[in-house]
Amino acid sequence: MSVLVDEDTRVVVQGITGGEGKFHAEQMIEYGTNVVAGAVPGKGGQEVAGVPVYDTVEQAAKAEDANASVVFVPPAFAGDALFEALDAPLDLVVAITEGIPTQDMARVKRKQDETDVHLVGPNCPGVITPDVAKLGILPGNIFSSGDVGLVSRSGTLTYQVVDSLTQRGIGQTTAIGIGGDPIIGTSFVDALELFEADQDTKAVVMCGEIGGEDEEQAARYIGEYMDTPVAGFIAGRTAPPGKRMGHAGAIVSGSGTGTAESKINALENNGVPVGDTPEEVADNVEDLL
Amino acid sequence: MRLHEYQAKQVFADAGIPTPAAQLADTVDDAVAAAEEIGYPVAIKAQVHVGGRGKAGGIKLAENEAEAEEYAEDILGMDLKGYEVKRVLVEEAVDFVNELYVGVTMDRGEGEPVAMVSTKGGVDIEAVAEEDPEAIAREHVDPAFGMHPYQARKAVYDAGVDRELARDVSSILQTLYQIWDDKDGSDAEINPLMITSDDEVIAADAVLNTDDDALFRHPDLVEMEEEGEFEGSELEEKADEYGFDYVRLDGNVGIIGNGAGLVMTTLDLVDHFGGEPANFLDVGGGAKAQRIANALDMVFSDENVDSVVFNIFGGITRGDEVAKGINQALEQFDEIPKPVVVRLAGTNAAEGMEILNEDLVTVEETLEDAVQRSVAYAQEGSQ
Repeated sequence: MSVLVDEDTRVVVQGITGGEGKFHAEQMIEYGTNVVAGAVPGKGGQEVAGVPVYDTVEQAAKAEDANASVVFVPPAFAGDALFEALDAPLDLVVAITEGIPTQDMARVKRKQDETDVHLVGPNCPGVITPDVAKLGILPGNIFSSGDVGLVSRSGTLTYQVVDSLTQRGIGQTTAIGIGGDPIIGTSFVDALELFEADQDTKAVVMCGEIGGEDEEQAARYIGEYMDTPVAGFIAGRTAPPGKRMGHAGAIVSGSGTGTAESKINALENNGVPVGDTPEEVADNVEDLL
Repeated sequence: MRLHEYQAKQVFADAGIPTPAAQLADTVDDAVAAAEEIGYPVAIKAQVHVGGRGKAGGIKLAENEAEAEEYAEDILGMDLKGYEVKRVLVEEAVDFVNELYVGVTMDRGEGEPVAMVSTKGGVDIEAVAEEDPEAIAREHVDPAFGMHPYQARKAVYDAGVDRELARDVSSILQTLYQIWDDKDGSDAEINPLMITSDDEVIAADAVLNTDDDALFRHPDLVEMEEEGEFEGSELEEKADEYGFDYVRLDGNVGIIGNGAGLVMTTLDLVDHFGGEPANFLDVGGGAKAQRIANALDMVFSDENVDSVVFNIFGGITRGDEVAKGINQALEQFDEIPKPVVVRLAGTNAAEGMEILNEDLVTVEETLEDAVQRSVAYAQEGSQ
């Protein structure tokens, strides 16, 4: 079992004719993902990475019975591509693109709220169910299948934590990179709900970072509704206020909201052990299992 | 990007928001000439991106020519919290009886814009938000429809603005929202929005910050950005040229990594193991050798740095490219300026380890070991 992605996931790659889109379509196929089509306006009829390309997402979804898409479309056109995916309709849309204007994402998010589509990202590494399928750019070889769910705002930090888990023989049900932007389709709470409902996920690792209040909301959700144990990590303890640490969303505001301290306290107060280092997180997961 | 006050005021004025008469000056003579033309009293305001300019001596009120000259001399060229003042705005001093606050920003928690109005203008609005949140009326806007006129009125009435002024203030709020929307704003603010004794409403300050990711569709904003010189330290300017996400900190352990979350974690680990981070530097995803070499050049340029830790977990970044870049950067030195500790994991890490010239760097297998080693080097180096 897993969340979001399984054997039945059939993927359209939006932007498959671009360098990134083509490379990662090939990588996804090599990993075993059912990539069934590409969608690029004006490029219908071509074949890329061994799959047919259609002019629209709807055509691709109908012709190839697809139910998910991965978006590699450049930022200026990505908002439009996400509307197209949400209208197709599909069950899951994973937006890899970094640098989508925030106001575009506010409108996309507004649209998503009217649908039942799961939107993950943007500015995220994607979703992987180890040994089954990956939608995105995550390096498949560090993951192994098992019973720990993982949700994270950051790509490479996910890899670091997963590597620690895998090396101890702790495999994963599904790992979800939710992305580092201020407005994202899947919040921590959304991801935790999915893991809580999954019978095979025995514990969850949640990697947050400074900025916003998503981690605090997640902490309250865990305290009130979750039976599955959660181990936490928060990046950015040493970040000074007012300085953006890479991710558009990773900033401690001048008035002191979004600090690591506030997030760590919220998690600990709701029974979530927060590791000081990625290795400590892996220790905590071992204890929880 | 952040517009200067004079630029934001121009945008606001073009959209129909009343602003005081003003001229930009970069010499004392020009400032005095502007003051004479506008008529005394005038405010002389430093045009730098620094909060609390008034308290720091960057805004002064001149009653006559002698004062205008004195204050322009004081302010032009002064160091305001680390920024040199190169231009002042000479502006008609508005005789006000009341000060309001109006603003529009993105509420990231809700994923929606929010318009705000308060009768407690003229002071730090973040302090008001903290101490007296009820004093700020908030109205969320559905991004699919934009702000309805009733919402602007509602925010103004809810804030308790005098009813005689409600029409003017809500019209200004509506315009401010439109500017925020049109320019891909992140924050648009008027603080204070001044009320004169004959009930005129005037924007005495103007803030407009816009989304860097949306600059591609705003050539007018790009032009304004180029008009101002780069503000910041030499290191920040260098980072800007190289296109790095870089933040300088106070410590002596230089940090380079890929991915914001992992770089932040590396900073935190340096702190955890008793060291002090000198910087945050994210090379981003898929960095090639030249970019890696630039990152090392960047960190070596910081005189505070006593050691460097390179932490790469390759996803789309390849270990062999990283190794090439490190070799390329270090082989040009007869003597390595500061010890460099490297930890490579993920995509093509093994290939990278074969390429890496281990005479020039210290290699560690794990993140923890690499951080501890760099902290130890930094402590030796600073003695």
